[in-house]
Amino acid sequence: MSTNVQDIHEDHHHAPSGLMRWITTTNHKDIGSLYLWFSLLMFFIGGFMALIIRAELFEPGLQLVIPGFFNQMTTMHALIMIFGAVMPAFVGLANWQIPIMIGAPDMALPRLNNWSFWILPFAFTMLLSTLFFDSGGPAAGWTLYPPLSLQGGNSMPFVILSIHLLGISSILGAINVIATILNMRAPGMTLMKMPIFIWTWLITAFLLIAAMPVLAGAITMLLTDRFFGTSFFTASGGGDPVMFQHIFWFFGHPEVYILILPAFGIVSTIIPAFSRKKLFGYDSMVYATASIALLSFIVWAHHMFTVGMPLAGEIFFMLTTMLIAVPTGVKVFNWVATMWRGSMTFETPMLFALAFIILFTIGGFSGLMLAMTPADFQYHDTYFVVAHFHYVLVPGAVFAIIAAVYYWLPKWTGKMYSESLGKLHFWLTTVFVNVTFFPMHFVGLAGMPRRIPDYPVQFADFNAIASVGAFGFGLSQLLFVYILYNTLKKDVTAEDKVWDGAEGLEWTLSSPPPYHSFEKAPRVE
Amino acid sequence: MSGQNSYYVPHETKLPFLTTVAIVIMFIGAANYMNGSASGMTIMLIGMVLIFAMAYVWFSEVVTESEGGIYNDQVDISFRWGMVWFIFSEVMFFAAFFGALYYARELSLPWLGGDGYKITTNIVLWPQFENVWPSNGPTNSGGDFVVMGAGGIPALNTLLLLTSGLTVTYAHHGLKEQDRRKLLVGLFLTIALGFIFVGFQAYEYMVAYNDLNLKMTSGIYGSTFYMLTGFHGFHVTLGAIMLTVIFFRCLKGHFAGDNHFGFEAVAWYWHFVDVVWLGLFVFVYWL
Repeated sequence: MSTNVQDIHEDHHHAPSGLMRWITTTNHKDIGSLYLWFSLLMFFIGGFMALIIRAELFEPGLQLVIPGFFNQMTTMHALIMIFGAVMPAFVGLANWQIPIMIGAPDMALPRLNNWSFWILPFAFTMLLSTLFFDSGGPAAGWTLYPPLSLQGGNSMPFVILSIHLLGISSILGAINVIATILNMRAPGMTLMKMPIFIWTWLITAFLLIAAMPVLAGAITMLLTDRFFGTSFFTASGGGDPVMFQHIFWFFGHPEVYILILPAFGIVSTIIPAFSRKKLFGYDSMVYATASIALLSFIVWAHHMFTVGMPLAGEIFFMLTTMLIAVPTGVKVFNWVATMWRGSMTFETPMLFALAFIILFTIGGFSGLMLAMTPADFQYHDTYFVVAHFHYVLVPGAVFAIIAAVYYWLPKWTGKMYSESLGKLHFWLTTVFVNVTFFPMHFVGLAGMPRRIPDYPVQFADFNAIASVGAFGFGLSQLLFVYILYNTLKKDVTAEDKVWDGAEGLEWTLSSPPPYHSFEKAPRVE
Repeated sequence: MSGQNSYYVPHETKLPFLTTVAIVIMFIGAANYMNGSASGMTIMLIGMVLIFAMAYVWFSEVVTESEGGIYNDQVDISFRWGMVWFIFSEVMFFAAFFGALYYARELSLPWLGGDGYKITTNIVLWPQFENVWPSNGPTNSGGDFVVMGAGGIPALNTLLLLTSGLTVTYAHHGLKEQDRRKLLVGLFLTIALGFIFVGFQAYEYMVAYNDLNLKMTSGIYGSTFYMLTGFHGFHVTLGAIMLTVIFFRCLKGHFAGDNHFGFEAVAWYWHFVDVVWLGLFVFVYWL
């Protein structure tokens, strides 16, 4: 099908400028940039909260903040990093990359695209404003478990409605991604010829549409329980607080894969480019991604092994969870096999992708430990869990996002970042991320509970090390901002095909690409 | 018109931003209302009016573009995928509430009643509690109530919605055959059946509150009953409004026999609402 775009060059003279350009834009690149900048801002706000947490935990005792505020920080840090930093970053990458990777002029539904972005700043303003309420912000953890979450202050309805906004934004964005991928591909690009990043996003979008409405249902029930007298999560009325956990994690586990599948796609794009080989096992990558996505709907209760489930439930969820190691193993194997005997070079995106493989695998292994029900009874709600999910989210998802930015930044802007500064950023980040999160395994196994502002003296050393690492990690990210600034003020010099080993339609376009990416659809053989 | 061969990328638009502002006004009003603020309800209603206004303006623009012939077949397919996945998201939204109903009936109530290995739950918490559905829980939350039977209004409502599924298909055939009378009669009947359904539902709520003492506060039965039927009724109302818009567009002579995505999207939505009702009828009212 033809994807020529209507000629609207004349209108460019009347296009609004300044702030109105960004508010009214329907262009996938503008919206992608908005998403990415917004995500960076949220990354620093959420990171600042993490540093408050780590400063308090630097030594035993209560030094800096009161426990109530500490709880608000852990809750907000999670909500902001998940919904404000990682998810919008992936959507921003999807916006920039999907049209130029599949040979389309733009996203399929451009007005919807604008809408799904502009909901976000409002939602987070609403969410963050609760911190200034007399009764403070949400403090029951990002999982909002009742009965604790029902006992919050005036912030509760604001938090829930802002999460509804985030859900609307995600669903609209995901609908747009699916419509684009299914309908806007260049002639000749069959599903099994799509770039792997596109595949992972297609499956992620499906997960978003299936999971986000379930979260909406769960938090709506919280709202009616608190304000309209229903008894969904109240045993005295015949409900069950544990029911919330089941519904929440039915959303929550697919959500975890929403946060990692696009990262798999990015790494599967970068590793072949710098190994100068085709991706090993493309088909199996696609099937593994789909398997992980489908399995994600039948593993949710591994988040709640200690809640008192029937034995059959514990065993079922243990086994299904362990099954996920199989497709994930396929992926790690394929990445390693791609590099095997490749002529590898180690530019910044490749370094981040390599660190991803190693460190994400560590996070995967600790996940396997947590999947064992009997073992989980010891690990549950300890810092071991915190170490696990930070390993898959920070050197996992966040590293992949940073790798993607370094990889595609020259394409987006036509400007090459400083390779030496990029490498410095990589080494600082990689060292400090491990200094921060590795000790958490030890204190967790020794029994330190999560979400607690104070702890016994026996955990002091490792906590101090983790706090130093966290500040180092946070400061290293200022270097990232400087690198971006430094790149953007350069002149356009990048070639169209920035990396000699890279493949894909995006490299056939100029750097930066034209306003309507592919005015005439390319033909894929 | 630069023609049928190009994919239409809309120009700059303020609509999404303004729609977001409207939604946020409604949400802030709603949150304030729940926190007991006197002005909350007013702000919420203003937000709702603004949302409807924005929807009107936004859809008008899309309708104008569509009637102007600037959407090619590929744009049409994008819209179709968009609607399909939107309906799927709605299915998952209802799934959460159906899930709550099953969980309560199959797990939490039996456990509270001392079923299986959860015997201590019953002994320690409410030893006198016996699990019999329908239940408002061990503390008789909301007081004794009478269940809304499946016969009577719910059965009648099932008949109404199923018939409306037929009439909308009848209208669709009319549209495809360019039989204007068939189209308008079919649509009119569908809309009428839809609004009659909503009227019956409202009447049923009145009976439930005034005569049966069946309220949202009636424990888990009342919670699931009102959450499921309430959100469904809201969706029927929305669907009926959408059908009304389509009706007026048909009066104006919009839609061609081979090109009428707007009509089909609303028909799909209507069938979705219909199917959800069947689930409700079986699991909420009947079993």
